[in-house]
Amino acid sequence: MQSKEISKSKLFFGSIEWNKYMVYIVFVIMFALFSIVLGDKGFLTQNNLINVLRQTAMISIMAVAGTFVIASGQIDLTVGAVAAMSAMIVSLVLQKTDSIFLALVCGLTLGISSGLINGILVTKFRIPPFLATMGMMSVIRGSAMWITNTAAVPIKNMTFNKVFGIGNIGGLPVLILWTILFYIVGVIIFNKTIFGRHTLAVGGNEVSAGYSGIKIDKIKIIVFLMSGVFAAFAGILYAGRMQAGRFSFGEGDEMSVIAAVVLGGTSMSGGTGSVVGALVGSILMGVINNALILAGLSSAQQTIVRGVIIVVAVVLSNLSQKQKR
Amino acid sequence: MSKAILEMKGINKSFGSVSVLENVDFSLKEGEVHALVGGNGAGKSTLMKIMTGVYSLDSGEVFINGGKKNIQNTKDAKENGIAMIFQELSLVPTMSIAENIFLGEELTRNGFRDVAAMKKKSKEILNELGIFINPELKVNQLSVGMSQMIEIAKAISKNAKILILDEPTASLSDSETVQLFRIIKQLKENGVSMVYISHRMNEILSISDSVTILRDGKKVITDKIENMDLDKIISHLVGGETSQRKFEWVEREYDADGDLILKVDNLKINEKIQNISFGLTKGEILGIAGLMGSGRTEILETLFGIRRKLGGTVELMGKVVNIKNSEDAIKSGFALIPEDRRRQGLVLGHSVKSNAILPYLRKLLVGRTHLISEKASNELAKNDIKKLNIKTDSIHKKINLLSGGNQQKVVIAKWLNMNPKVMMLDEPTAGVDIGAKTEIIEIIRNFADEGKGVILVSSELTELLSVCDRIITMFDGKITASILRKNINSEEELQNAVQRN
Repeated sequence: MQSKEISKSKLFFGSIEWNKYMVYIVFVIMFALFSIVLGDKGFLTQNNLINVLRQTAMISIMAVAGTFVIASGQIDLTVGAVAAMSAMIVSLVLQKTDSIFLALVCGLTLGISSGLINGILVTKFRIPPFLATMGMMSVIRGSAMWITNTAAVPIKNMTFNKVFGIGNIGGLPVLILWTILFYIVGVIIFNKTIFGRHTLAVGGNEVSAGYSGIKIDKIKIIVFLMSGVFAAFAGILYAGRMQAGRFSFGEGDEMSVIAAVVLGGTSMSGGTGSVVGALVGSILMGVINNALILAGLSSAQQTIVRGVIIVVAVVLSNLSQKQKR
Repeated sequence: MSKAILEMKGINKSFGSVSVLENVDFSLKEGEVHALVGGNGAGKSTLMKIMTGVYSLDSGEVFINGGKKNIQNTKDAKENGIAMIFQELSLVPTMSIAENIFLGEELTRNGFRDVAAMKKKSKEILNELGIFINPELKVNQLSVGMSQMIEIAKAISKNAKILILDEPTASLSDSETVQLFRIIKQLKENGVSMVYISHRMNEILSISDSVTILRDGKKVITDKIENMDLDKIISHLVGGETSQRKFEWVEREYDADGDLILKVDNLKINEKIQNISFGLTKGEILGIAGLMGSGRTEILETLFGIRRKLGGTVELMGKVVNIKNSEDAIKSGFALIPEDRRRQGLVLGHSVKSNAILPYLRKLLVGRTHLISEKASNELAKNDIKKLNIKTDSIHKKINLLSGGNQQKVVIAKWLNMNPKVMMLDEPTAGVDIGAKTEIIEIIRNFADEGKGVILVSSELTELLSVCDRIITMFDGKITASILRKNINSEEELQNAVQRN
């Protein structure tokens, strides 16, 4: 009887897909560790924690779309550049017209067009997504530098700054509220809609998805569109938070987004994914950054430790996948 | 005969609560070809994986040359001279034959690769097996059959004494099969022992010395091949005489002069495959027989919108349909169970449920929202499992853990849900055990009995003869004949029709 119980519990643990939950485990361990070690340096204060969430908001939002991109077996390296370009466009439009609506339309249009171009390059011209978006990244980042000859553009419209950056509602920073909103939408689309299932099917087995009547090219284009729009919105938030547009916003964000998504349990080869996991992955990286700063590490040291932690986390989740049957 | 080179005694293996092998004995004599036969899920691949160290055994003993061995991993197996020739080849296609043979164990001189020596040695190894080919050729320039022989040569060069051949002829042409059999005989003379896994009974009867049959994880019998024939093997496999009967043709009731459900007129697919015209009556099961490359798969893929047609018309229920992609085809009422279920039919990393509901999502929405109902999805998947007798622990189990037959039933379930008018099946029983095969044939018959149409493509003429009401034969892109099943008296007759222009 007892042995039966044991084998049952063994079976239960064996059937858990550890890589899916690894990010939560790592998060809890890291958080506990930092709370103990850095408690006296203010790690656990409400201010600090809210600050972390605010800082990670942009990566988190881009990681929602990033989950779709990677789950469908694609990759998008343009997101950081799109965020920068969108911030530039928004601040320039605000400077010229002071119309928030027009600024938003122009910023998001950039996201739509760059996503559409990425999607068309990948589906119609059959360019591997890594190369297509790497080229586009350079084009967009270069444009963001060129448009004002690398000068920053201040935003004087305080309504815009408050709604999209520095404001608070009920004690919560708007950036956190935007993040929550995007995650609710993302989770529902990913888990509950046909498009979400089709995204996973395309990433899991493109050929079979085609034989099941799924329009593969359409799914990929929508995924890139989504990624572009989410990145453009992240750019709007960058602009609001910094009360300016600057070409250097979002530098390296594409890598942070990929790291957050993969840490969150989405397979680089597509077919599986978790939107909530990406959020935890993104916050985990934010927490690590914050802790390293509190611990007084130099920026060089921070960069090294951050890299090591990402590698270790991915190794852990890979190890857990490789249990011998 | 000679002594046993490998003996497995009382092997037990279970995954979780499912017992896969129960007290199985297996003995391989030196220099013999030993066929291992069993349905999918009978445990033959698990047994071989234990032999090659991929799985560890729960209990039991393995002896090699009389000495007890503990094979923990593939390296142990290699050191004991056991090599498996995989269905999916493990050669590097962009490298030469010689480079592949010596991959990982390159010959060196003064610390550098000794290309000349490797070339010479490869040539010797190949010649010894009766293969005369330039070892500098790249593997991707070789046919599948030749690649497989190179793989065997590679194993031999590493002193393999026991070769496991898993469905080696599955993708070989007849002449390649002949060549492979010659090599097997040569290896036998050199004292190499082989385990030969295959679904093709004729091959087993002609090439092997003895046979072991597994059923449901248990050994049914081991015997010399002289004491066996096709009927005996099949009856051991199936475990009774009853289910065989479904393989016999029974004339079905349907109105042969009734309304056409599908009419294909002058279909042109490419320069080779054209002038394709045929009709399909309500309730009819139409077979397409032809050699590989005769155009049979292309016709199905064109009707399903995966290929573009260059000309001709397709009428469904008397209305011309213009199908541009598979979505159009599905909407019109076509379903295709594709040839390669692992690559085309399923998303292997996903669950049974995800696969079963994939084309049906639009009908699983909650009310007027765009959200998929979890409850309806689960019910549908559970219903499919029950209806088609799919063997799985749960609807959430990953589909690549199911046996081939059960995987195929999921593919069929996914299309039955769509309630198609015409179901097209391309080699639906390839790699499927006889039990599941019988069930699949039954599903096809029931579907046609509802007054719908079925087009069945198969390389196995016995299968076509047992299921179809009418058979179209194709040769080199053209339809050569359309024969009613009742007018065909023997498999030879159909074989003749298929082979001729």
